[in-house]
Amino acid sequence: MTDTVAQGSAVAKAAPDTMAWDSGLRRLMMIYLPLGCFVLILLFPFYWMAITSFKPNAELLNYKDHNPFWISSPTLAHIKHLLFNTSYPRWLKTTMLVAVGSTTLSLVASTLAAYAIERLRFRGSPYVGLGIYLAYLVPPSILFIPLATVVVQFGLFDSPLALILVYPTFLVPFCTWLLIGYFKSIPYELEECALVDGATRLQILRRITLPLAVPGLISAGIFSFTLSWNEFIYALAFIQSGANKTVPVAILTELVTGDVYQWGALMAGSLLGSLPVAIFYSLFVDYYVSSLTGAVKE
Amino acid sequence: MSVTTLHSSALAQRQPSWLVRLFDYKPFLIVMCLAPAIGLLAVFLTYPLGLGIWLAFTDTTIGKRGIFIGLENFQYLLTDPLWWNAVFYSVFYTAVATFGKFALGFWLALLLNNHFPFKSLLRAIVLLPWIVPTVLSALAFWWIYDPQFSIISYLLVDVLHWRSSNIDFLGSPWPARFSLIAANIWRGIPFVAISLLAGLQTISPSLYEAAMLDGASAWQRFRYITFPMMMPILAIVMTFSIIFTFTDFQLVYAITRGGPVNSTHLLATLAFQRGIAGGELGEGAAIAVSMIPFLVFATVFSYFGLARRKWQQGESND
Repeated sequence: MTDTVAQGSAVAKAAPDTMAWDSGLRRLMMIYLPLGCFVLILLFPFYWMAITSFKPNAELLNYKDHNPFWISSPTLAHIKHLLFNTSYPRWLKTTMLVAVGSTTLSLVASTLAAYAIERLRFRGSPYVGLGIYLAYLVPPSILFIPLATVVVQFGLFDSPLALILVYPTFLVPFCTWLLIGYFKSIPYELEECALVDGATRLQILRRITLPLAVPGLISAGIFSFTLSWNEFIYALAFIQSGANKTVPVAILTELVTGDVYQWGALMAGSLLGSLPVAIFYSLFVDYYVSSLTGAVKE
Repeated sequence: MSVTTLHSSALAQRQPSWLVRLFDYKPFLIVMCLAPAIGLLAVFLTYPLGLGIWLAFTDTTIGKRGIFIGLENFQYLLTDPLWWNAVFYSVFYTAVATFGKFALGFWLALLLNNHFPFKSLLRAIVLLPWIVPTVLSALAFWWIYDPQFSIISYLLVDVLHWRSSNIDFLGSPWPARFSLIAANIWRGIPFVAISLLAGLQTISPSLYEAAMLDGASAWQRFRYITFPMMMPILAIVMTFSIIFTFTDFQLVYAITRGGPVNSTHLLATLAFQRGIAGGELGEGAAIAVSMIPFLVFATVFSYFGLARRKWQQGESND
């Protein structure tokens, strides 16, 4: 190892010009080429999904006469079939309702909880925080069977309301944890001043703390929205009737029929189901990436 | 700001309603603030968790209240080859997929940590597999793995002529197992990469400068600076990744549903098949509960193993 280093520096001293060119090539091989491969592989399934959605059936299953990587005569037939011959619009609506409902509920509950834990410090508040955080580590695959019986007991089986109430179990721990961090970053002196001025605690929360925590609320909201749009196992276990299903469940259980798969319609459904999250994500991508990466340096 | 607060405090003084004063009473406010979150978690998380453990010791089926039967469900599982197979595949799936995700994700994080044009755009694009609902991307993989019209087979057979016949990705046990792991790695890379990138950005450049002056090679800088500095965040991200990979459900359910010949059942999909689809709630709950020891072991192993840097001190491969 040390030998190579010594040799490398000797070469550098001897020919600085070759070195510069060499490092350019090296950069290409060591950074851009692997990065290109990563992007290609990470995005290919989406490209494949998109291209399949617009391919007529004749091209879809004939690789001999048509180049599979391109569409010669794009068609909207699959999307039309999806929108007019299936309950797809209804599924989209249900999914949207569930995602918005559970996100709102989780944001309210976790904002209050985070405020209490971080700002209204009391004995044991770190333990409450830890307890809520640990709840995130309980995976849905352990809970769905007993939760199904709980949902039946409450008379909520087959109702989207069940999902709105259950999703916060994994959204609240996550959001609370995120928001505690945001509240921490807001100077406590601001609240103390307001307290001295005679404001009530609720006024402080509404007029000072919450407005300052808006970036945190936005990232918590995006995370909740994407996580609840993505949720599968609860929706699969608690919803029975075709009309009340969410998009991921409905595509898999209602569109996959028989032995011949309707790949065009399936991919069109996946594409349309991914779009709302992708659009929502792209609108707030900076919040999303920066809250994931902590503080973005540039 | 001060005008508003003065104004509102004047208001509060004029009508010192008992409600306002109640909300200024700190213990009451604390209870009110915590009630929604704790209430939701108690009813839909803590209670079901306890109920699930109880169900595992009963013979409950759908529509029939069960009675306590002790360890019978677990005794049955120990004699059930399908349960053993699910245990094997869950462990294998978690081990291989986690290794793949972290090796590739770390590499991607190191690449993204360089300076190049359109950096933030690239980071946003790279996160897409993690954003898009898993089942929907799993369907895309299902189509990519199609026995007849797989695009991978097309590339290997018709374009590159490396193989003479199509690959039957999901038709036989081992190819199916690895196909699922590949899809899981694909989905996990972005999250690992972005989290580790966050860790990389907290390492002070002066450490690298000092090492460069001392003549450390790129590998030595990675080995003695990057890797040890990344240990705490690696420990956390890996713990999360292991928990959610081990209890994965969606990918397997969407692509193979446990087949062929039950070779790709994870404990979660087996629990679903027995508990919800098969109606044997007690047995399904027992399978779900049997995941807990593995989860505890994996968490302790990854968190404490990495956080105490045992691997780093024991390792000497350079």
